[in-house]
Amino acid sequence: MTNTKKRKVTGRARSEFLWGWLFILPTMIGLVILNIIPIFQTLYQSFFKTGDFGRGNVFVGLDNYAQVFGDKEVWQSLINTFKYAIVEVPFSIIIALILAVLLNRKMRGRGFYRTIIFLPMVAAPAAIAMVWRWLYNSDFGLINNVFPIQVKWVSDPQIAVFSVAVIGIWSIIGYNMVLFIAGLQEIPHDFYEAAEIDGATGVKSFFYITIPLLSPTIFFVLVTRIISALQVFDLMYMVMDKSNPALEKTQSLVYLFYKYAFINKNMGYGSTIVILLLVITLIITAFQMIGQKKWVFYN
Amino acid sequence: MESMKRKSKLMNLLIHVILILVSITMLIPFAWMFLTAFKSVTEATSVDPFVIFPKVWRTDAFTSVIKNMNFIVLYKNTLLLILFRVICAVLTATMAGYAFGRLHFKGRDFCFSLVLLQMMVPSQIFIIPQYLMVSKMGMLNTIFALVFPGFVTAFGTFLLRQGYMGLPNDLEEAARLDGCNIGQTFLYIMAPLTKSSMVALGIFTAVFAFKDLMWPMIVNTDKDMLVLSSALAKMQGQYVSKFPELMAASLIACIPMILLYIIFQKQFIEGIATSGGKL
Repeated sequence: MTNTKKRKVTGRARSEFLWGWLFILPTMIGLVILNIIPIFQTLYQSFFKTGDFGRGNVFVGLDNYAQVFGDKEVWQSLINTFKYAIVEVPFSIIIALILAVLLNRKMRGRGFYRTIIFLPMVAAPAAIAMVWRWLYNSDFGLINNVFPIQVKWVSDPQIAVFSVAVIGIWSIIGYNMVLFIAGLQEIPHDFYEAAEIDGATGVKSFFYITIPLLSPTIFFVLVTRIISALQVFDLMYMVMDKSNPALEKTQSLVYLFYKYAFINKNMGYGSTIVILLLVITLIITAFQMIGQKKWVFYN
Repeated sequence: MESMKRKSKLMNLLIHVILILVSITMLIPFAWMFLTAFKSVTEATSVDPFVIFPKVWRTDAFTSVIKNMNFIVLYKNTLLLILFRVICAVLTATMAGYAFGRLHFKGRDFCFSLVLLQMMVPSQIFIIPQYLMVSKMGMLNTIFALVFPGFVTAFGTFLLRQGYMGLPNDLEEAARLDGCNIGQTFLYIMAPLTKSSMVALGIFTAVFAFKDLMWPMIVNTDKDMLVLSSALAKMQGQYVSKFPELMAASLIACIPMILLYIIFQKQFIEGIATSGGKL
């Protein structure tokens, strides 16, 4: 009796093993070839300098890293990336959260508002960047004409990176909002009813119930938004001309990566820049993981 | 009681005002894109008096860009890119998601940690090696090159795994008692139950394949192998101050996705909500 049972179990286990591996095989092969090996290749490449006139790689040890640390352009682009993220992430999250709370109630036109606010998400970033560049135009752009101002939105080195961040906020609000609405719908209604009996309504219930109960979603959106804000590229590439006087104070780390790896064809230096991005991303994410214990509530 | 009712009515009005203002902000760039595309260059760049609507709705900008950019080819390439990416993502992620979510076997947890690792690493890390691979295969400027990094999706695998983990055990056990092997159970019982996750992944993949700029720009530089996003990027340099043309091209590039979104908005929004939110 026990014998047959045991054999059955092992039969089952063997079949789960075979089917399991069969099912994950395409994904694992793809993952190893497309992602896992490339991580090491990029790391390996970062120790090489691409030879002049395409003459193969020359091992340079830590030279690229030494160069990155001494490269003013890299540090400036890192500052630019942080400036972008510091504006884009909080604003896109706070505005989206407020909109989500407003749109989570039963109200007329709810679907309509959601549709409109999400719309920028389905437009090509290249097209979005072009129209915004046009709105920002200092001579005949809409913004400078509606408001009687003469701001060089994208060619003043002081503000260009923030102007780009505004485009980023505009494009991502709808996405964040949808995630927040999904999170809000999982908060049981009883909580609000109980709070109402205790006299907490409106703003109070927002801070004492909505925010704590939504904190896992907020945390998730925060982490993923910071990671993708650190990778900003499309907007900078499309908005900033190569001749733009504000380019140096606006280009992001990934923009620089693209420039070195694919325009200047120095893949070694490009790899070093992207390794720097990886390290920074990991550090920031690790800090957030530690920090979450203080403000994220899981029940 | 009466005053409370009035207060809540006022509140409601205020909320609508806020939402209408936000909606207008969201729409202005699109409206401006649309209006400028029909203007003459002089109208587009006129400062005084401020021109909102074109006096005559011209279509010169459209005829000019359609003559210079082969939109049929661009649409075809973009469509093929999206199609293959979605098929690959849904197929591989559904199978792997099932194995990771419902089967117990040696090596599973280690393999799944590789999936998680991929999700945490900035995707630019993969680009140079992937480019060199495509280049060595002699496949630059092909549809294959466009699809290449999307053959598998760590994110999709994770998403589908979540979908399978949420399903009850009973059905699977009943199927097993009826003599289904694991493959049959997956194919006939379990996979159909995760349709909503598959749709979510499909939409997510399609939107991001459509929006991707750097990869198509790197691998496909031939005029006939561009996609909409990379063609727009290329065009910007050539049409420096021809604003109506730039806006017309942007409009032509964006309209199909916007129409699809308006028709299937429920699936889009739910798709993004399920695929982006649950972790």
